[in-house]
Amino acid sequence: MSEAERLDETSEVPLVEERLVCWYFYAAIAFMTVAMLAGLLMALQLVRWNPLGGIELLSPGRWRMLHTNAIAYGFLANAFLGALHWSVPRLTLRPVHSRWLSYAIFYAWQLVVVATAGGILVGQAQGLEWGETPIWIDPVAQFGLLLVAINFMTPILQVKGPMYVTLWYFLAAFVWTFMTYAMGNFIPQYFVAGTSAGAVGGLFIHDLVGLFVTPLGWGLMYYFVPILLKKPIWSHGLSLVGFWGLAFFYPLNGIHHFLYTPIPMFLQYGAIMSTVAVELVVTTVVINFFGTLKGSGREIVTNLPVRWFYTGMVFYFLTCLQCAMQTTLTFQQVIHFSDWVVGHAHLVMFGVFSLWLFGIMTYLFPRLLGVDWYSRRLCEWHYWLSTVSVLVMAGDLTLAGLFQGYFWASLQPWDASVDASVPFWILRVFAGLAMFGGQLVFVYNLRKTIQQSRAKADEAAMAV
Amino acid sequence: MFESKSGVLLIGGLFFFAIAFVSNAVVPVLMYDEEPTPVEQLVNGNLRYQFEDLAARYPESFKAAYGEPPEGLEEQDAWLNEKCAEALRLGRSIYIGEGCWHCHSQFIRPVANEEERWGPVSQQEEYQNELQMPVMFGTRRVGPDLSREGGRRSNDWHAVHFFKPTDLSTGSPMPDYPWLFDGSPDKPNRRGLALITYVQWLGSWLESYPMYEQYEPAPEFAAADDEEDEE
Repeated sequence: MSEAERLDETSEVPLVEERLVCWYFYAAIAFMTVAMLAGLLMALQLVRWNPLGGIELLSPGRWRMLHTNAIAYGFLANAFLGALHWSVPRLTLRPVHSRWLSYAIFYAWQLVVVATAGGILVGQAQGLEWGETPIWIDPVAQFGLLLVAINFMTPILQVKGPMYVTLWYFLAAFVWTFMTYAMGNFIPQYFVAGTSAGAVGGLFIHDLVGLFVTPLGWGLMYYFVPILLKKPIWSHGLSLVGFWGLAFFYPLNGIHHFLYTPIPMFLQYGAIMSTVAVELVVTTVVINFFGTLKGSGREIVTNLPVRWFYTGMVFYFLTCLQCAMQTTLTFQQVIHFSDWVVGHAHLVMFGVFSLWLFGIMTYLFPRLLGVDWYSRRLCEWHYWLSTVSVLVMAGDLTLAGLFQGYFWASLQPWDASVDASVPFWILRVFAGLAMFGGQLVFVYNLRKTIQQSRAKADEAAMAV
Repeated sequence: MFESKSGVLLIGGLFFFAIAFVSNAVVPVLMYDEEPTPVEQLVNGNLRYQFEDLAARYPESFKAAYGEPPEGLEEQDAWLNEKCAEALRLGRSIYIGEGCWHCHSQFIRPVANEEERWGPVSQQEEYQNELQMPVMFGTRRVGPDLSREGGRRSNDWHAVHFFKPTDLSTGSPMPDYPWLFDGSPDKPNRRGLALITYVQWLGSWLESYPMYEQYEPAPEFAAADDEEDEE
C-alpha cells in the first residue's frame, strides 16, 4: 500500500477529491468534442462544403476562435486541473487548500469557458490570438487563476526539504500562467499600441504554450511515467537541466511569432537563438525519459497509458525539431503565414499535450470509477485513430504550407495558391473526421464504463 | 537552490520571467514610446472620399446608420469626420469579432517578393495608433494581406464581396457575411458600412495609395496578344 493510500484511509478528509477529478475530466472531454466540431466547421468552409453558411451564430470565423479557445481553456485547463487534483495531494501527502474552494473554482471555471464561447459567438472577441476571451471576462479569469494558484500552492509550499521534479514544474507554472495571462490580456489592450503590442502578443501566445501548457504537461509526465514503469527517472541531473533550461529560455521565445515585422531586429535574433536553445533543452528531457524507458520497452506494447505518453514525447521531439528550423529567418521567408504553422500547432497541442492527457485519463478512469475499461479494444481504437490522424493532418498541412509559401513567393496569382491548397484541405477534413471518430469512440467507451461502475455500486449497495 | 521552493519560485518563476519581459516587451515599448494616434486623427482625405462615396451610393443605409448630416459646410465636414471615426472603431471591432484577422494579415515583410505583390514594406509608425491596440498583424494568410487594401477596390465591390465572396472571386474559401446587410448587397447595414470603411482605411495613409499589384500578363498570353497584333 502506498503512503498516499494509507493516509487516505486514516484521515477523515479524503486526500484526493476523486469526484472532482472525474468532473474535470468530463468537462474537458465535453469541450474537446465541441472544439473538434468547431475545427471541422472551419475545415469544411475552406473546402467550400460548409452546409451551414450564412448563419451569423455559426460563422466559421467565430467558430475558428472558439476552436482554439475551447482547446486552451476548455480542454487543456480542465484536464490539467483534474490531473493536478489527483497528483498534487498524492505528491505532497496533503489535501489542497480548501475543498470548498476546489468546487467553487470548478464551477467558476466552467462559467468562464462557457461565457468565453458565448462571447466569441456573438462577436465580442478580443483581438489577441489565443486570448480571444472577451475583455469583460479577462478579470474574472485572472482572479480564477489566482485562486487556482492559492489552492494548489498551499500543499506544495508545506512540503519540507527539496521537492520532486514535478513540483518544480507545477510551482513555476502557477506563477507563470498568472503573469502570462495578465501580461497578454491587459497590456496590448489598454497600454501599448502597434509594434510593441505585437511583441507582447507574441510573448503571450508563446508563454501560454511554454509556461502554462508545457510545464504542467512535463510535470505530469515526471509524475506518471515513473509510477507506471515502477522505477525512478533515469537521471536527476538531466531533470535539473530540463527544468532550468526551460525556465530560462522558454520565456525569451515569444517574438519568433512575428519575424520580419517592424519589431527591432536584435530582438528577433534573440528570440530565434532562444528557440534553438529550447530545442537543445528539450532533447535532454526526451533523452531522460527514454533512458527511463530503457529495459522496459515492452510496456509500450502492453501498457496503453505508457504508449500514449511516449508517443506524445516522440511528437514533442519532432515539433521542437521542426520549431528550431522553422523559427530561422530562412524558413520564415517561405512558411510564415502558411498552413505549415497550423500543422505545427496541431502536432503540439493535439499530438503532444492532448495525447498525454488522454493517456492520463486512460490510466485514471479505471481507478476513479472502480471498474476496468468497458472495452480495451475501443481504447486501442481511440489511440490509433488519434495518433494516425494527427500525424496525417500535421504532415498534410506542413506540405500544404510549403506549397503555399512557394506559390506566394513566386508571385503566382493569389487564386492559384488557393486552388493548390484545396487537395490538402480536403485531406485535412478527413484527418479531422478520423480524429473526431477517435473522440467519439472514447466518449462511448467512457459512457459504458461509467454505466458498469454504477451497476457495480448498485450491487454493492444491494449486498449491504 | 535549484530544487528548493524559493529557488523555483523566485529565480525560475519570477526572475527569469522578468528578464524575458524586460528584454522582449519593455525594450520595444520604450523604443516606440510615441502616444498612439487617436482614431479621430486617422481620418484622412482618401478615407473621407470613400466614406462620402458610401453615403452617396447607399443613401438610405447611410441615413439609417448615421442620421441626417447637419446644415452648413463646416458643420457637415466635422460631422462626417466624427461619423467616419465612429465607423472605423466599429469596423475594427467587427474585423476582430468575425475573426477576419485570422485569415488576413496586416503586415508586409521585406522578403519573399512581398513588396512586389502587396506594396511598400510595413513600417513601425503605421501601427502606432489606437486601432492597433492590440495590433492586427495576423499570423495566417488564407486570404490576401489587407494592409494596403484601401482604395484598391470600390465600395460596391466590397459590399457584394462581403455578401457573397464567391460571386466575385470563384473558388474563394471566404464565408458569406449576409448579416452585415439588410437582405441584399445594395443594403449594407450599420455594421456593413463600418467594416467597408475600416477596410478602405487600410493603407489610405500611404504615398503610394491606392496600391495596385504590378500586373503583367503571363508570357503565353503576352505572346498570344502579340500574334493578334501582327494579324
